[in-house]
Amino acid sequence: MTATTTTPTASTAHQHTATVLFAQGLRYEHRADPYPYYEQLLRQPVVRMDDGTWLAGGHREISLLLRDPRISADRLPPPQQRPIRKSLLVEDPPRHDQLRHLVTQQFVPRIMGMRDHIEALVTGLLDAHTSARPGQLDVVADLAYPLPVTVICELLGVPREDEALFGSLARRLTRGLDPIDTQTEDEIRELQQTRNELQQYLEGLIARHDTAPGDDLLAGLMHSHGPEGPIDPIDLRVTLGLLLIAGHETTVNLIANGTLALLRHPDALARLRTDPDLATPLVEEVLRYDPPVQMSGRSTLADIDLAGTTIPKGSRIRLLLAAGNRDPRRFADPDRFVADRTDNAHLGFGGGIHYCIGATLARAEAQIALTALARRLESPRLVADPPPYRENAILRGPESLPVSFTRLIADDGGAG
Amino acid sequence: MIGPERIVVAGASLAGLRAAEALRDEGFDGELTLIGDEPHAPYDRPPLSKAVLSGWLPTDRTVLPRARNIDARWLLGSPATGVDLAARRVALADGREVPYHRLLIATGTRARPWPRQQGGDLHGVHVLRSRDDADRLRAALAAGPGRVLVIGAGFTGGEVASVCRDLGLDVTVTHRGGAPLASALGGVIGDAVTRWYRDAGVDLRLGTTVRTLEGDAHGRLRRAVLADGTVVEAEVAVVAAGALANTEWLNGSGLAADARGVVCDASCRALTVDGTPVADVFAAGDVARWPHPLYPGQLLRLDHWDNAVAQARTAAHNMAHGSRAPRTHDPLPAFWSNQFGVNLKCVGLPALADQVVLTQGSLDQRQFVAAYGRRGRLIAAVAVDSPRVLDGYAALIEAGAPFPPVLNATDGPGRADPLDPAFPRPADPAPGDPSMPPTPPASSAPSPQPDPSASSAPSVLAGHE
Ligand SMILES: Cc1cc2nc3c(=O)[nH]c(=O)nc-3n(C[C@H](O)[C@H](O)[C@H](O)COP(=O)(O)OP(=O)(O)OC[C@H]3O[C@@H](n4cnc5c(N)ncnc54)[C@H](O)[C@@H]3O)c2cc1C
Repeated sequence: MTATTTTPTASTAHQHTATVLFAQGLRYEHRADPYPYYEQLLRQPVVRMDDGTWLAGGHREISLLLRDPRISADRLPPPQQRPIRKSLLVEDPPRHDQLRHLVTQQFVPRIMGMRDHIEALVTGLLDAHTSARPGQLDVVADLAYPLPVTVICELLGVPREDEALFGSLARRLTRGLDPIDTQTEDEIRELQQTRNELQQYLEGLIARHDTAPGDDLLAGLMHSHGPEGPIDPIDLRVTLGLLLIAGHETTVNLIANGTLALLRHPDALARLRTDPDLATPLVEEVLRYDPPVQMSGRSTLADIDLAGTTIPKGSRIRLLLAAGNRDPRRFADPDRFVADRTDNAHLGFGGGIHYCIGATLARAEAQIALTALARRLESPRLVADPPPYRENAILRGPESLPVSFTRLIADDGGAG
Repeated sequence: MIGPERIVVAGASLAGLRAAEALRDEGFDGELTLIGDEPHAPYDRPPLSKAVLSGWLPTDRTVLPRARNIDARWLLGSPATGVDLAARRVALADGREVPYHRLLIATGTRARPWPRQQGGDLHGVHVLRSRDDADRLRAALAAGPGRVLVIGAGFTGGEVASVCRDLGLDVTVTHRGGAPLASALGGVIGDAVTRWYRDAGVDLRLGTTVRTLEGDAHGRLRRAVLADGTVVEAEVAVVAAGALANTEWLNGSGLAADARGVVCDASCRALTVDGTPVADVFAAGDVARWPHPLYPGQLLRLDHWDNAVAQARTAAHNMAHGSRAPRTHDPLPAFWSNQFGVNLKCVGLPALADQVVLTQGSLDQRQFVAAYGRRGRLIAAVAVDSPRVLDGYAALIEAGAPFPPVLNATDGPGRADPLDPAFPRPADPAPGDPSMPPTPPASSAPSPQPDPSASSAPSVLAGHE
């Protein structure tokens, strides 16, 4: 049925069903497995919701929207929520391009050649924690969280000791990304306070860096010159905050979701143990099958015809990346975890001009961490399946992931 | 067995290799033979004029990655010299004959050479198409010549000139048209490209050509005399003046083939001179000319990497499955180039446009998107240093979006002002010497079926000249 032949009542009914399904998929009770709701939503690749926003769940439609020049990354939040200055994540060209350019210039050369260091960190983390509690590991607390946090702190030039402070700030702030109706009143009230705290922290950090500059990314950003001249202090703070939070709150889910997938698919685990090359396609499959970022938002700058309907100019659109990743129109057997899937153009890192800057780093961290887990844990087993999940709906992943095993196999020097 | 037992692929490069892989993917399990005149395993050409010339990548690192094991017989270093359609045999230069049930022609193009009478034999005169060309040219550049002359400011010419400047070499570029890339992208964008050349310190001579190259007593290039009478002292010249299809080996076969390519139908089957498709001979890549449904009334030949890969897949599918449900080859043309520090990407065929409009960014910032329209529809887009937006434009082109497109892009100009894209008209005589060196008589084969493109839009052939 096309939009033109749909009677108003039928389309209102669709709209209402979709609204309900979406809300169900976001409910905390369904956090461990929202996919059945996404699957039902997918029957219509693009649909208008009761509140007038739009939802795109089809792989093709999301891909097109991510790359559409008539799209803005500004999600048009209610005005009282709008921060003074937007980060490049929600900024449009040309400012987006200028900021992104400044960041990539600093970021890319620094992450090249980091694999050995990441391997050493992973080895250290595994060695440390199992000696404390033999036979037990919380993959989130012991590896998936500290690894990316350490890496991003080192990269940026943020003292690792400050983690206790900004770690909880980051966590509360990312909760603020979730749709309002999944947050409690307290959480919403807390958000502004948290923003201020983070700002203060970052200001202090920048001030300290001013007096004792290192050769880290923060120093690089402070002294870099784009075509528009040096970065201005507000942009610097906002960008730094973005990198710090993105470095905190996404890769942790990638590694944890990957571990979960591996432990639920012992054949893949066994293969990874002997074939480190499998890590590359396997991490891509995790990004498809259970992506750390479930959705993204955009708004329309002009009318867009898509999937038999017209999304009017000025609409808000939610891009349900996790649904697009399981679109049967795009992927064969989409609900199956196929560790070496080849045709795997997932939406795990988004797409278009906002494609994740940290993708290469996140991939490396996940590949190395998962390979190390597969090789070094003898007979690993999930202690709780499903594990407890974090409150967050958009940056979705386990709160903790206890795994028991018989023995930690000694590190063989990271062969592979 | 279902399907052909023996498939022969002539031309063992990008299109040939990708077709061979696709044949196996399609389930072809018969005998597969690849014939290549070069001694090298298939390699990638785009880096030759970029990373290789600049010294970043040795040519042995340009080998094409293999997607799968193709279990083929490789006859490398042995050019195909003829084909007998009735007997279904390909003849090789070394006297061997290779029988086939299906044949794929993927022999690509070569650089148009500089005529001998005008100095083409001089030591120091280069073209750039193959690995060996690139090795020779790189060595010549590494020797630190006083000045390099690049003949032609198309994509290859621009890339070579750009690398030369990166290497600190003095460069003169001559170009027949009024602006670099103007035949492919039009004069509006061409004028912006002119500034890239000039800002990089290239001595760019527009609206002129080289009349002759002159050497010293040892046969070494010393200078070029231009059509306007001026003289350029140079020890190295790179001829980047277009490409000729490698079809001589098909002479006398009865196939419609000449220096412009092998004519095929939309499902990649080669046509005979009287226009009938040959059921078991296919063509793909730079060598193929075919009717693209998006551009009715003309035959396209695209010298583009993406096209070679896509056409190889289509041809392979149709070769493996015979005429049951043939696939048509109708992707939106796309290519990229890197020069003077920018990445340039293009979808569609700008050369067919009657209007152009800047939709994002600004020409001066060297970061922009320009959209091209023809009769009120969006037909092409060029993105400079904005590669990630181009898929969006491609979707709009395929959807037949109106021109000028309503985008309201945040980095768009306040008001859309469509301009004449300023393509050189075929009738425009360049000042001075009429044109490039004459095309050598390409083939004695009877000329192919009447070609509507010949008069209306010859510049759609513009590829990596
Ligand atoms: C320097 C350079 C830079 C380029 N840069 C870009 C770019 O940036 N972007 C882009 O989109 N495209 C680019 N291209 C174009 C791209 O490389 C081609 O489109 C692509 O190589 C076409 O593949 P093909 O297999 O059809 O032809 P080719 O790669 O030309 O392969 C044909 C092969 O057949 C062989 N052959 C010829 N005659 C015979 C015979 N009689 N018997 C046996 N073998 C024969 C040839 O020697 C060759 O090895 C570039 C090309 C060059 C030369």
